[in-house]
Amino acid sequence: MDYRLSHLQQLEAEAIYVIRETAAQFERPVLLFSGGKDSITMAHLARKAFYPAKLPFPMMHVDTGHNFPETIEFRDKFVADMGARLIVASVQESIDKGRAMEEKGPNPSRNGLQSITLLDAIEEYKFDGCLGGARRDEEKARAKERFFSHRDEFGQWEPKNQRPELWDIYNGFLHKGENFRIFPISNWTELDVWMYLEQEKVPLPNLYFAHKRKVVNRDGVLLAESPFITLMNGEEYEEKTVRFRTIGDATCTGAVLSEAGDIPTIIEEVAATRQTERGARADDKRSESAMEDRKKAGYF
Amino acid sequence: MDLLRFSTAGSVDDGKSTLIGRLLYDTKSIFEDQLESIEQTSERRGDDYLDLALLTDGLKAEREQGITIDVAYRYFATPRRKFILADTPGHIQYTRNMVTGASTVNLAIILIDARNGVVEQTRRHSFISSLLQIKHLIVCVNKMDLVDYSEEQYNKVVEEYEQFSSKLKIPDIRYIPISALKGDNVVNESEHMPWFQGSPLLYTLETVHVDNDYNHVDSRFPVQYVIRPQSDSKTDYRGYAGRVSGGVFKPGDDIMVLPSGFTSKIKSLDFFGEELEEAYTPMSVTMTLEDEIDISRGDMIVKPENQSTMGQDIELMICWMNEKKLVPRGKYRLRHTTRDARCIVKDVRYKVDVNTLHRVEDDKSMGLNDIGRILIRTTVPLLHDSYARNRATGSVILVDEFTNETVAAGMII
Ligand SMILES: Nc1nc2c(ncn2[C@@H]2O[C@H](COP(=O)(O)OP(=O)(O)O)[C@@H](O)[C@H]2O)c(=O)[nH]1
Repeated sequence: MDYRLSHLQQLEAEAIYVIRETAAQFERPVLLFSGGKDSITMAHLARKAFYPAKLPFPMMHVDTGHNFPETIEFRDKFVADMGARLIVASVQESIDKGRAMEEKGPNPSRNGLQSITLLDAIEEYKFDGCLGGARRDEEKARAKERFFSHRDEFGQWEPKNQRPELWDIYNGFLHKGENFRIFPISNWTELDVWMYLEQEKVPLPNLYFAHKRKVVNRDGVLLAESPFITLMNGEEYEEKTVRFRTIGDATCTGAVLSEAGDIPTIIEEVAATRQTERGARADDKRSESAMEDRKKAGYF
Repeated sequence: MDLLRFSTAGSVDDGKSTLIGRLLYDTKSIFEDQLESIEQTSERRGDDYLDLALLTDGLKAEREQGITIDVAYRYFATPRRKFILADTPGHIQYTRNMVTGASTVNLAIILIDARNGVVEQTRRHSFISSLLQIKHLIVCVNKMDLVDYSEEQYNKVVEEYEQFSSKLKIPDIRYIPISALKGDNVVNESEHMPWFQGSPLLYTLETVHVDNDYNHVDSRFPVQYVIRPQSDSKTDYRGYAGRVSGGVFKPGDDIMVLPSGFTSKIKSLDFFGEELEEAYTPMSVTMTLEDEIDISRGDMIVKPENQSTMGQDIELMICWMNEKKLVPRGKYRLRHTTRDARCIVKDVRYKVDVNTLHRVEDDKSMGLNDIGRILIRTTVPLLHDSYARNRATGSVILVDEFTNETVAAGMII
C-alpha cells in the first residue's frame, strides 16, 4: 500500500481545505483577484474546491488604474470563463472622492492607496473573509502570517499578538466590523506555483512570458513604458526582451531580462535565480519594514 | 517529490537562528537581495559578523529586541525533498507560538548548547513535542566547537537528555553533535568529530521516513461543506466536500453518517470532474452517496464497523494560551474537526510541572503557558478519537466567548 501524496498534491489539498473552510465559516467571503499568477492559482483552486458548483463568493479586483492593459483584458476573460461575479474596486474613484491622495514625486505608487480602497470596499460590501494569494516565502513579514489572519475594525494586522493557530482548526470567529484575511497558498513557494500552473494548464497573461518591451532602469528596477511614469533627467526608454515575475501596479513592478517563453523555461529560470521575486518591486525597496507597515495599515 | 514539515526549538542563544541560516545558506536558499539587505542591517548596527537571525526575524519588534516572537515559516528544497520549516520562538512568554508552529510538523529539532546541557526550555519544548505526538525528534547538541568537539561532553548531554526523555512518549529520538556556526554535521560531515557514526542533520532530514505517521486505518471524513450546484444540468448533484482525516475510502464502500447513524454506500469520490478510485489522508475530495440522506457540515462519515467515539464528556490535555486564566466552570466555544460547539470546564484534574513532569494537584489555576488535564462537557456530542490515535479527530481548540481569541489547544485522551 502506498498512500503517498506529492508535495504539490499536499499543498493543493491544504489550500482547498482552507478555501472550503472560508466558505463555511464566513457569511460574506470574497476572493481578491489581481490577475497575477498567485490570484490565478487561487481562483483555479477555488474552482476545484466547489466543482461542479460555481464559486459561492464573488471575486474582487482592487484596481489601481495603473494596470497594464493586458492584465485587465486577461482578468475579464478569465472571470467570464469561470462564470464568476467580479467586483472592481477602483483606487481612482477613491482619489476622486477624496478618500485617498495621490503620492507626490516622479514615481507615484498607488500601492499604499490600495489599502484604503480595499478597506472601503470591505465595508461597503460587508465582506468578512477575504481570500488572498499571498505566500509566506514572498517576504519576511509575510513569513509570519497565519492562514486565518485577523484584522480589527480598522483593518489592521497586529503581528505581535496573533491568534494561535493549531493543527488545521481555524478560528474565524469575529466581532462586527472586523474581518479576516485568509491565505490558502501560504505554504507555496514561487516555484510551487509555477509547477502547479504547468501541471494544471491554467491560462496566464502573456506579461509573464518573454516579450520585447520598452523599459527604463530606475534604481536597478526595470520599469515598463507607460503613461503613469514620468522620465527623469537623463532617463531613456530602451527596448529589451523581458518578462514579469509579478504583475502589479505598472509604476512599481519591475521587469526582468529573460528569454523564457513558456512555463518549463520559467521554472528553470526561477529554480536558478538568485533574487526574490519582490526584489524587482520598488515598493518593497523603500524600507526594511515596508511590507509590515503596509500590512498593519490594512494591505493585502 | 515529497514534503517534510519540521520545526526548530531551543532556548534563547542556543543557536537556532544560526542553524537555520546555515541550512538555508548551504542549500542555496538565500537570495542575493535578502543577503544584501541583512548585510546592510548588520553593518548599520555595527555587528562584526553577518547576523543570519535577521533572515528569520521578520517583524520590526523582533529585529529591535533580537528575539523571535512569532513563528516564521521558511521554505527550501534539496533534490530529495521539499521542506517547510517552522522557526519557533524559544522564550517561555511565546510558548503558544511555539505550539502553533509545532502542531503541524512531522519532526522537531531541539537545540541544546553543549556547554549548558538540558535547561528548562529544552524540557518544555520536548514535553510539548511529545504532547503534540510529534513522532520524530532530532536533538542537536550545538556549539561543539566551544567544547573542543569533545565526545565525552556530547555523551554527557545525551545521557542527561535520555534520562529526562525516557518519561516522554517519543518513538524516534536521534542525536547529532553539531556546530551551527562552523557548519559541522549540518550539511556536511564534520572533520572534527570522527567519533560520531551518524549522519549530518540535512541528510537525516532528507531521509527520515514519515509516511507511516498518518492514520490509514480508521476511516474518517468530517463533512466540511455541502456542494449543490444551482445550474439546471446538475440539479441532482449533492456532494459532501471535506478532507479525509483518517483511513481510506473507495467507491462502493459501506459508510455510516454520525451522529445520525444513517448508512449508505459511496457512489463516487469526485475531484474536479475526475472520479477517484480511492481517497486517503490528507486528500481534499467530494463524496457522493447512493442514498439521499440529511447530512450537513459537522457530520462525520465513517465505516459502520469502525466508528469514532461519540460523547459529550471529554478528557483533554490542554496548553493554555491566554493571559486571561482558565475560569473554573467557565464556558467556552469549542471547535473540533468541522464542528462547532460550546463547552463548560467541569474540572481541572491536574497541572504538569514541565521540569519534573510531575502532576501538580494542589494548584489548579491554569494560566498562560500552563499545561494540564481537564474535563469538559460539550453542548453537542463530539465525534472523536483519542489524539494519540488520530491527530485530526483528536484535537480541539477552545475559544473565549467574549474576545474570540483562541485560548487553549486541547488533545483528547
Ligand atoms: N561558537 C559557536 N557559536 C555559536 C554556534 N551556534 C550559534 N552560536 C552563537 O551563539 C549566539 C546565539 O546564536 P543565535 O543563533 O542567535 O541563537 P538563537 O537565539 O537560538 O537564535 C550567536 O552569537 C551565535 O553566533 C556554534 O555552533 N558555535
